[in-house]
Formats: sequence, structure tokens, C-alpha cells
Amino acid sequence: MASGFPWLTALIVLPLVGAAVVWALPSSARTHVRLVALGFALAELLLGVGALLAFDTADSATHQLTEVQSWIPAFGVSYAVGVDGVGLSLVLLSVLLVPLVVLAAWREQGGDTGRLRHYLALVLVLETFMVAVFAARDVFLFYVLFEAMLIPVYFMIGAFGGAHRRYAAVKFLLFSLAGGLIMLVGVIALYLQGPGGADGFLVDNLTGLDLPVTTERWLFVAFFLAFAIKAPMFPVHTWLPDAAEQAPAGTSTLLVGVLDKVGTFGMLTLCLPLFPNASRWAAPVVIVLAVVSILYGALLAIGQKDLMRLIAYTSVSHFGFIVLGIFAFTSTAVSGSSFYMVNHGLSTGALFLLAGFLVARRGSQQIADFGGLQKVTPVLAGTFLVVGLSALSLPGLSTFVSEFLVLVGTFARNEAAALVSVVAVVLAALYVLLTYQRVFTGPVRDELATAPDLSGRERWVVAPLIGLMLVLGFYPAPALDLVREPAVTTVDQVGAGDLPTTTTAVATDEGNDK
Amino acid sequence: MTTFTAPDIQWAQLAPVIVVLGAAVVGVLVEAFAPQRLRRPVQLGLALAATAGALVGVAALWNGVQESGGVDVLGGSLLVDGPTLVLQGATALFALLSILVIADRTETGEDAFTPQAAAIPGSDYEDTARRMGLTQTEVYPLVLFATGGMLIFPATGDLLTLFVALEVLSLPLYLLCGLARRRRLLSQEAAMKYFLLGSFASAVMLFGIALLYGFAGSVRYQEIAAATATTVGLDGLLLTGAVMVLVGLLFKVGAVPFHAWTPDVYQGAPTPITAFMAACTKVAAFGALVRIVYVVLPDLQWDLAPALWTVAILTMVVGTVAALLQTDVKRMLAYSSIAHAGFVLTGIIALTQDGLASVLFYLLAYGAATIGAFAIVTLVRERSGAAGVAGDGMDGADAAGGSVLGEATHLSQWAGLGRTNPLLAGTFTLFLLSFAGIPLTAGFTGKFAVFSAAVGGGATALAVVGVLASAAAAFFYVRVIVLMFFTSPATDARDRDGLRGAEAASGGSTAQVPAASAATGAGEPATAGASTGGAVAATLEAARTTTTVVASEGLTTVAVAICAVLTLVLGVVPGPVLDVVADAARLLP
Repeated sequence: MASGFPWLTALIVLPLVGAAVVWALPSSARTHVRLVALGFALAELLLGVGALLAFDTADSATHQLTEVQSWIPAFGVSYAVGVDGVGLSLVLLSVLLVPLVVLAAWREQGGDTGRLRHYLALVLVLETFMVAVFAARDVFLFYVLFEAMLIPVYFMIGAFGGAHRRYAAVKFLLFSLAGGLIMLVGVIALYLQGPGGADGFLVDNLTGLDLPVTTERWLFVAFFLAFAIKAPMFPVHTWLPDAAEQAPAGTSTLLVGVLDKVGTFGMLTLCLPLFPNASRWAAPVVIVLAVVSILYGALLAIGQKDLMRLIAYTSVSHFGFIVLGIFAFTSTAVSGSSFYMVNHGLSTGALFLLAGFLVARRGSQQIADFGGLQKVTPVLAGTFLVVGLSALSLPGLSTFVSEFLVLVGTFARNEAAALVSVVAVVLAALYVLLTYQRVFTGPVRDELATAPDLSGRERWVVAPLIGLMLVLGFYPAPALDLVREPAVTTVDQVGAGDLPTTTTAVATDEGNDK
Repeated sequence: MTTFTAPDIQWAQLAPVIVVLGAAVVGVLVEAFAPQRLRRPVQLGLALAATAGALVGVAALWNGVQESGGVDVLGGSLLVDGPTLVLQGATALFALLSILVIADRTETGEDAFTPQAAAIPGSDYEDTARRMGLTQTEVYPLVLFATGGMLIFPATGDLLTLFVALEVLSLPLYLLCGLARRRRLLSQEAAMKYFLLGSFASAVMLFGIALLYGFAGSVRYQEIAAATATTVGLDGLLLTGAVMVLVGLLFKVGAVPFHAWTPDVYQGAPTPITAFMAACTKVAAFGALVRIVYVVLPDLQWDLAPALWTVAILTMVVGTVAALLQTDVKRMLAYSSIAHAGFVLTGIIALTQDGLASVLFYLLAYGAATIGAFAIVTLVRERSGAAGVAGDGMDGADAAGGSVLGEATHLSQWAGLGRTNPLLAGTFTLFLLSFAGIPLTAGFTGKFAVFSAAVGGGATALAVVGVLASAAAAFFYVRVIVLMFFTSPATDARDRDGLRGAEAASGGSTAQVPAASAATGAGEPATAGASTGGAVAATLEAARTTTTVVASEGLTTVAVAICAVLTLVLGVVPGPVLDVVADAARLLP
């Protein structure tokens, strides 16, 4: 399935080149550092579109655009990349968010282009890792990227964040490292169970192994723990609110919008196909944890006083939905989860960016410090409302489609879990609307009386996200085409037996009906 | 296999050893006969040529050994096989890099060694020697003698040669430890401590050798191995002897509970010597340990496994936990080297060919990062404040304002280095990431190799402990990165993560970075004696020292660059090296 142009390698290398250029920019050209970074990010986006065009959507369950090179034969490691529909949509999400983050960071670091240069270079390095990790088809390569990714994020939080950034950065790094290293043992043990040899780490060579029951369960736990920390799920989510609170808004966008997807993506593309029996064995526990995450995240979000922490907790809730859908083992729920990953990236990414604009105007992240902004900045208020509504999954916005699919698909497998989770929809309405009320309605605070509305640049940051949410909300078919086939394959691999849901066929037309 | 042709010595097989030891002897003659100003260039050239020659020798022997599987020289006293050559090559390479660091006088024109080791610290005599600009060029032959011992150590085929090699490598090191130019009391204390504990360990080992001889009637590895399978009724002798020999070796690698000397010696010794010890001694000692465990004692696997497991787990855990609490860069690196010894032991316990290969690779990865890290430590110095007050009484530094003093080893002094010297701090970060085992660095590949060997050899639990220790260890490596990049030296002085204790101990001096001696003196009893003078001076004069990075003469830069490249290459494309060590990992029986 080797196509002519190495799309994925190009997608992986380009941001790295961009980072090097941005970093090495001579001081005379420093003032253009933003434009250079944005240029590379946009070129990457174009490349992403090219990859989408080269991708055969009709055959989205197959990994395409594959490249395989031997890397460390002594360990059985290959450089193997390839994407199916899910991987491709997440790659596209990454390359879409990066230019917006670059744009959002335009005025950050107080115009100190020297520091901004480092930040933008880190963003581009991170983009390389994000694209590569979603494309990796070798367990070892995946692991390496999974860990190496931490370093740029660590610096992005630790060097550019808020007052307690060092604490947050170290907590983030240690949580992730602990999870990752446990996974390392699993990675090693998995290889020893597999066929071995110079390409023994290829996912394809490790799928469908006949593992002893106990071994398989231990391996599953090792992998799942790392992904659960990354995702993050209750009870190992505590690093996220701190990280999101202290990180610059752009970093949070990438961290929560894309990076944490690696956790759920790993569950979907590694845990399930590699350890099908253990996945079925663990599903009840995972579903309970997912439901707890959904409700716990939503409840804590309602109680937050800090805007960024609030968004972080809403994400804990949303990640609960994604995990719930994955472990429901119905093609409807799994495709819903896959789609949810993209939507959550759009919705939460937009929320973080808007919150960043708000914070830039007020100089505080405390919700109590805001009020009455609707009269001062109507456009900001309007966009925030739309994005907020997407977080509560209002019909007509793309998040609704995915949440609906997850709930319907889960209902077929586990009615109780689906029913309890529905409560979160009400809680979501509470945390979104209450926040909107506190920030944008009521009397105008003196400090905010002269706050400027969204500038042209800022509108450009949010507009693509809102546009995509609306388009995919009314016409989700193209995106669903990408994720449906892989979902069927995954459910087939798990061997739980797909359960028919009456909506499977309806799902695609849903958007049109509304 | 064993053809006893005792008188027939295959000199060619000994080329690496002979080159280095020969150069060392010539070096002694140079000391005696060459005029003073010629000594340094001659000695340096000689030392570099000798270590490079040893490397060439290893390369020349490579193909022959690969074909024959190994040669026993001197009737089996020395075994030149694949692992021997890899370890000799590694030792020679790391010795070469260390010599580059040792020789570097930096822009200050002073090397790291005292001008007159026999002088009482702080005496007029010492001051005179310093002002006369004497230099200690005996360092080079001493390093070469130690290197010679290290080249023999992993190749030994009988216990007596093992002991002789141990002493040949140890004695020069004891001496070298006491030669630091600055903080001389600390240095002399380190040398004394190392010598006493080292002698004790040697004695224990010698006793073990005697017991093993009593058991097997021979000191030759082969015959002891054969006797373990046949002789019955003398298990007491065998086990006690084996454990005592292992204790001697575990002392050298710095495994817990035989590690007590490591932090003090690593801290007190001149930093280039620390680099040399940390990298080369460990390579050589693990080489000897591997051979004993794999060749002599495999039949004792069941008896010794609990002991080795305990040592490995303790080493990883104690090394990591103690490193978490350090406030001195050199002590932190010392404890980290203890933890790394634990990781290597994990690979040894696997008792498979993979395990052997992984140990060889790990030692390469660890050595490169270690020398690089210590080399950078030599460049980060204190500079006395602009007020012209000399802060460090130990140095007897003149009152000239802004003169460069000793190394700034207190962690708080490294704050903000990432902003002032991004390249240096970036390279140091690379080495720290390699220590921490972050992917795409050599350290990760090494850790992966030893852990996968351990899992493959049935020691999964050990690998899990290793992985958890790695996670915890990441914390203190990362702390240094945080300090270098995220903390600015002046403004954030009060808010240093993890260093508040030391801050408090320094008596809440001015907002400036506290003088290292003051902080260490109050915080760590071990150094109190040495830094009393400095501490008093610091408090009396309210000395302010700032941290500065001195430019190297070029030699250290070359060494650091080679280490950095090695660290990256072994991390990104380790394939060829892994293949080489995998091919070589066959011990001569």
C-alpha cells in the first residue's frame, strides 16, 4: 500500500524543520518570527489536506499511506507509520489547531520575540510528535513518541506558564513518566510474547497473538494505566487541572485538545486490538471509572472558581464519554468516540483559546473577577456562548452527534451506564450556562469597561473552529465515513460481537434532519 | 579449548594493555628527566596517544577475536574475548575523553589539580607553590596506570590477576582523589576515605579469594567453575568465598550497601578525576563482575540470586531516594551513578546473552553521559563579587575583584544558567535526559536493553522496580533542568523548588545566591570540616559570589561534544552499536 509521496514522513519532518528555522532565526529577522512559524504551520495544514486527498476514504479501516523502515533491528524496532480513518482525523485535528495556537500566541510573552521564538519552536516540535504518534504503527515507536512528547510540553508549561508553573510542569511530567514507564515494561513483555525478530514491534505482528490469560491481563493493565493517566481518567486526572491552570492558553489547547487524545487513541488502537480478551475482562471496571469521570468531572467543573480549571474538569467529563464509548464495544459507540475525539479537540480548543483572550483582557483567571462583558464585548460573548454550547452538546453542533452516538451505542451494551451518563448532559448545561452568566451578564465591572472586543486576529483564531463545529454538526457524514469502518474493525477485533443499534443507519443522516 | 602453553605469551593480544602501561612508565621517566615547561605537552601527548593506541589495538584485535571467539593469554590468566574487547575499547575511549577534561586549564590558566599535593592546605608553602605556577603533571602517568589496571580488570581469567588488576587501578585513583586544587581538605578527606574503605574491600575480596582457593584448589575461573559442579561438602567455603569476592567487586561499582564512599569521594575528588572514576572504573568493575557471575558462579545462581536481587533493588532505590535529597551537583550525580549501577545489575542478573549485551551497551551510554556531565561541571565556576571581597577562604583567592574561584557545585548556583548559557545548559540537559532515560537518548536505549533482558531472563519484578526507580529518578534530573531554565538567579532566589532547606541553612543571607561553602557547610556534616574556613569568611564578609561559566581551552569542549554526539547517536540510531555488542557478547568459558 505504499503510495508515491511519503505524506506522513513529510508531515512529521516539516514542523521539525520549521522549529529549527524559527529557533535559528538571526536576531535581525526576529520580528518576523511569528510569520515564519505561522507559515510553517499553514504549510503543514496544506500537507495535511494533501494527505486527506491521498487517503482512500472508502477504505478507511485499512491503514494507508504506510511507510516501513527498519530502525533498530536488534530490538525489533521499525519506523512504521500509517493511518486509518481515526488516525487521520486526529492528525488533521493537530495540524488544524497548531496554526490557531500560533495565531493566538501573537501577543504573548509581552512582545519579547526572543522568548516567543522558543515558545513557537516548541509548539512546532510538539506538532511533529503529535502527528507522528497518531501515525505510528510500531509499538516501540509509539512509546518513544509518547514519552518524547512530554519534553516540549514540559518546557511549554514550565517556562511560559503562570505563577505556579514549575509545580504544575513537574507534576505533569512525573505523572506522565510514571505511567509511561509502567507501559515500558508492558511494551517489553509484549515483544517477548510476540514473534520477535527484526520487525517484532510492528502492531500488525503483535495483533491477534494467543496470549496466556494472566499475561494478557497484566499487559493490558500496564498499557491502560499509561493511557488512563494521559487521557486523563478519574482517579489519575489530578495533574490536568493544575497543568491547564498554569499553562498558557495555547499550550492548554494543544495539551487537552490533542495530546490527551493520545491516551484514548492508545486505548482504541492498541489496548483493544492487542489485548481483546483482557479488554473484555476489564470493560466493567473501565466503564464504571468512565462513568465516575463523567459525573465527577462535571460536578467539579460546576464548583470551580478558576476559568482554566473549569475547562480542564469539563474535559475530564468529556474524556469519560470517550472512554465509555470505546469500552462499550459497539460500532456505534466506538465510532462515536472516535468522532468525539475530534469534536472535543475543536470545542475544548476553542474554549481554552477564548478563555485565554478573556484572561488577557482581565489579567485574572478567576471567574469572580469578570462580569457584564456581554455589553462591552458582544462578539466575544457570542462566540463564547456558541463554543460553550458545543461543550454541552447542543444539537446542531458537531459535539452533539458524537455524544449521541456514544450514548446510543453504550445503551445497547450497558443500559445503566448510558442512563447514568445522561445526567452529565444536564450538569454540562449547568457549568456552561452558569459560567456564561457569571462572566458575561450582570453589571459591567469597572476594570472591564474598556475591554476591547475580539480583534481581527482573534476572530480568525476562533472562526475556523466554530465553522467546523457547525459544518460537522449539520453534515457529519464525511467525518463519520472516516471513523465508521475502523470502528467496525475494532469491535470485530475485540470479539465482543457488535450489537445493532437502530441508529447506526440513521446516524449519518441525523445532522440533515435537524 | 585450553591448551596450556604457558611460556608462549601472545603479546599481540595484550597490545592495548601494554601500550597504556608502557606509556605510563615512560610518563614517569618524563617526570624525572624532561624540563618543567615541556612536561605538560609531552605528558598530554603521551597520554592521548596511549589511550588512542589502546583503542586502535582493540580495533586491530577485533576481527581475530570475532572469528576465534576469544583467546586465553598467559595460560588463561587473561581472557581476550568479545566482552573484554568491548569493555577495553570503552575504557580506553572514556579514559581518552577524561584526559581531555583533565588537561583543560580553561581560560583561567589553572587546571583542577593542586600545585603541590604535599603542602598543608592553607599553608604558606602551598601559597608559594601556587604563585610559582607549579603544575602537577604526575597526574597523567597516574591516570594511565589506573587505565592499565582497568584494561586488565575485565579480562582477568584468575582470581589473583583480578586482585592485582584491582590494586593497579585503585592505588592511583586513591592518590588522584586527593589532588584537588580547591577545597583541598574535602579532597584529602575523600582520598583517605576511599583508600581506607577501598583497602577494606580489597582485604575482604582477598579473603574470599583464599576461601575459593581452599574450595577449588585453584584460582583459575574455569577450574573453580568446574569444581562447583563436582566438589561436594564444601559449600560453606564456596558460598562465603563467592560472596566475599562479589563484595569486593560490588564495592568498586558502588552498589548498595557498599556505596558509602561514592558520594564523598565523587564530591571531594577533582571533577575531571570524578568523571574518569565514574565512567571508567564502573566499566571495568562491571566487566569483572559480569565475568565472575557468568563464568565462575552460574551454578550458584539459586544460592546467589536472592543476594544479587537484594543488592540490585537496594542500589536502585537507595541511589534514587538519596539523590532526591542532594543539593550539590556532584553529590547528586554520585547518587545517580549508584542508581545506574543498580540498573546495570538488573541486566547482569538476567544471566542471558542478551543481558550481557545490554550491560555492555548500558555502560557505553552511561559513560558518555557521565563524562559529559562532569566535564560541564568543571566549567561552571564561582566568581567573587564585584566588591572585590574574596569569598572562599580555602582558595586564598586574591582580592582582585571578579576573579574566578572554584566550581559552583551547589544546585542553587545553577539557577538561570539556561538563560545565560543556553548551549551549555542545553547540553547538560541532554545528559540529564539521558540519565533519566528519556527516549531518543542513549540512556533510554540502554535502559530498554537492560530491562528487556531482565524481563526476558525472568526477572520481571526487578524490571518493574527499575522502572519505578527511573520514574522517581526523573524527578531530580528534571529539578536541575527546572533550575537551569525556569528559575532566574536574582529574582527567584526565594522560590527555588526543593532547595528551600538549603536556603534556610545558609542563614537567610542576602537575596544573592548563597556562597556554596556556606550552604554546604551548614547543610552537610561531611563537608563541614573542609568548608569551615570558607563558611566563616562568607558570613563575616557577607561575600557574594556569582556563577560564571569559564571558557575551556578547547579540550573540554571537544570531550563534551563527543559525549553529546555519542549520547544522541546511541539514542537515535543505536542499531549498529547494538549489533556489535550483541555479536561480541560471548564470554570465553
